[in-house]
Amino acid sequence: MKKQKTKEQAQSGISKTCPGPMVFSKGAVISEPGSTMKYKTGNWRTYKPVIERAKCIKCGICWANCPDAAIKKDSDGTFIVDYDYCKGCLICDKLCPVKAISHGVEQK
Amino acid sequence: MAEKEKAEKVVISGADAIACAVKLCRPKVLPMYPITPSTLVPERLSEFVFNGEMKAEMIHVESEHSAASALYGAYATGVRGFTATASQGLALMHEILPIISASRFPAVMAVANRTLSGPLNIWNDHSDAVSERDQGWIQLYCESAQEAFDTTIMAYKIAETERVSLPVMVCIDGFALSHVYEPVQIEGQSKVDAFLPPYKPHNFLDTSDPKTFGAVAFPNSFFEFHEAEEMAMQEALKVIPKVNEEFGKAFGRKYGDGLVELVEMKNAEYALIGMGTLVGTSRVVVEEMRKQGEKVGLIKLKCLRPFPKDEILQACKKLKGLAVIDRHASLGYEGALTIDLKAALKDEKVKVEGFVAGLGGRDIDVKRLRAAVETIMKGEKGYWLK
Amino acid sequence: MKQIVILGRGGQGAVTSSQVLAVAAFENGKHSQAFPNFGVERMGAPVKSYCRIDEKPINLRSHVYEADYAIILDQTLAECFDEKVKDGGLIIVNSNRLPKEIPISSKAKIVCVDITKIALGIIGKPFVNIIALGAFSALTKEISLQALEKAVQKQIGSKGSIAEKNIAALKKVYEASK
Repeated sequence: MKKQKTKEQAQSGISKTCPGPMVFSKGAVISEPGSTMKYKTGNWRTYKPVIERAKCIKCGICWANCPDAAIKKDSDGTFIVDYDYCKGCLICDKLCPVKAISHGVEQK
Repeated sequence: MAEKEKAEKVVISGADAIACAVKLCRPKVLPMYPITPSTLVPERLSEFVFNGEMKAEMIHVESEHSAASALYGAYATGVRGFTATASQGLALMHEILPIISASRFPAVMAVANRTLSGPLNIWNDHSDAVSERDQGWIQLYCESAQEAFDTTIMAYKIAETERVSLPVMVCIDGFALSHVYEPVQIEGQSKVDAFLPPYKPHNFLDTSDPKTFGAVAFPNSFFEFHEAEEMAMQEALKVIPKVNEEFGKAFGRKYGDGLVELVEMKNAEYALIGMGTLVGTSRVVVEEMRKQGEKVGLIKLKCLRPFPKDEILQACKKLKGLAVIDRHASLGYEGALTIDLKAALKDEKVKVEGFVAGLGGRDIDVKRLRAAVETIMKGEKGYWLK
Repeated sequence: MKQIVILGRGGQGAVTSSQVLAVAAFENGKHSQAFPNFGVERMGAPVKSYCRIDEKPINLRSHVYEADYAIILDQTLAECFDEKVKDGGLIIVNSNRLPKEIPISSKAKIVCVDITKIALGIIGKPFVNIIALGAFSALTKEISLQALEKAVQKQIGSKGSIAEKNIAALKKVYEASK
């Protein structure tokens, strides 16, 4: 992220919250869909949820309630956490009806 | 709870300072609609009301348009009121602002200056308040949290002076002052009461003395009402320095002559002029350049409307160049302040150059301000200080 | 004038931290100024807060471009640290690692204090923002521990036992940093 930073961003003082190079498009339009994907928020996490897939009953409650859409359906129908975006809110952990999700402190 | 009598010096934010001052001014009605970065003001005031430290009605209105309307309503019943807003919130009040001033209600409002979106941006520049420049409100800009506190108290006194009877906007830079914590001297209630006596409305709704408010003014009278407002604005140019002096006597602090403050202007050849917190950083630039032998001064414009033309003329008589730092651009022409100053100084030899800076929260640092001064010293044109 | 930058994550209290520091400096008879780097605060996002301390009234109102001291409340923030700290300055990192393991290239001195451990031990929660100032006081001597205690009382005294625990932990961090 550092390398992409433009001189303008460096001067603005808010550079670190802006992912990618600054684009001054007409009307401040972002023409590239899904550009927020580049903005990975996984390092905001203090707690890390872990899904024990053997216990998962594929109900999808965690998937439906994740505020960051950071839970994905795997090919076998169970769910996995996308740690690139998971901010560690632990809503999934609280809602899992079969306690298949546990959490610990993120080790970085 | 007993009223806090003791004066004390505390470390609080610019927004807190305004809330503390408002409390001491005893308004009775507070119609509030929080918007970043002015939110700290209603937050603190609602605490005061809840704790019983302040006897006022806080109205949780449904929009800023309603906040301004309720402020009008409060003054129509003959009591002091207060509100605070910023950015699009002030823009939404736009429709009501000239109605309050034309009704000659001495309302006071704090504006935590934030740019007008778009693109969406919550940070500081002066585009919100400067866009409301022509609505008959006196506009006072502040540099420090202490000045925000003091100006709020002075604002009520200026507004309520019979020959003025105009509303006042107290402007503080959003975040750059509203969220800055620094030492502020909070004055005691009795001292503030002595400086600011209870509000005596000249007109208010009273069933025993019925009056009509908000009547139509036809083409045969509208002009005269506006002329009266203009005359009141000109009176304010005399009243503001007087109130500033009185405040100085009562509390030991004053701000230039109340309209402008001159820093190192005696033998200055070049000068900076601006409003709000950028003045503080400009002081550092002037001090630095003076040490290097450059004859540089600074004019702090505290009062944008009414515009203190005579004071500015006097201060700029001997200048060679003036760098105007505008935290707002009148798109399609120049910075709003630059336009005013070029008009005011049209017959003087001083060369006025405009520099638009700090838009949407871009920092205004020593380097940028120094670049502006150096540009005018070289006789070059002003530009956008990105 | 001394300029301090405090880095933390949203919710960690970096802004409160700079406020307490400003109050403490004021209690020490100095002039001070504390302000956040004006972000849209979100839980977990990197947050920056500044503080200035001086013997004279402070006029400068721009961001801090070259700090005398930096306090990093979350060691993961060391990875993206690109603040300028003066040569011979000091960077305090809340970390259980050794200074040489911290990925910051700077001519400033790096000191690691395991503040989280002390917080968990005494407060029972990872509240490191205020107690990290104990390390600042011990290492820089810019403000006294007594002034810090007073500042904590003033800012969060109304929160009762949390304030007391913070002060106890603050002292522990101070001792551990000496």
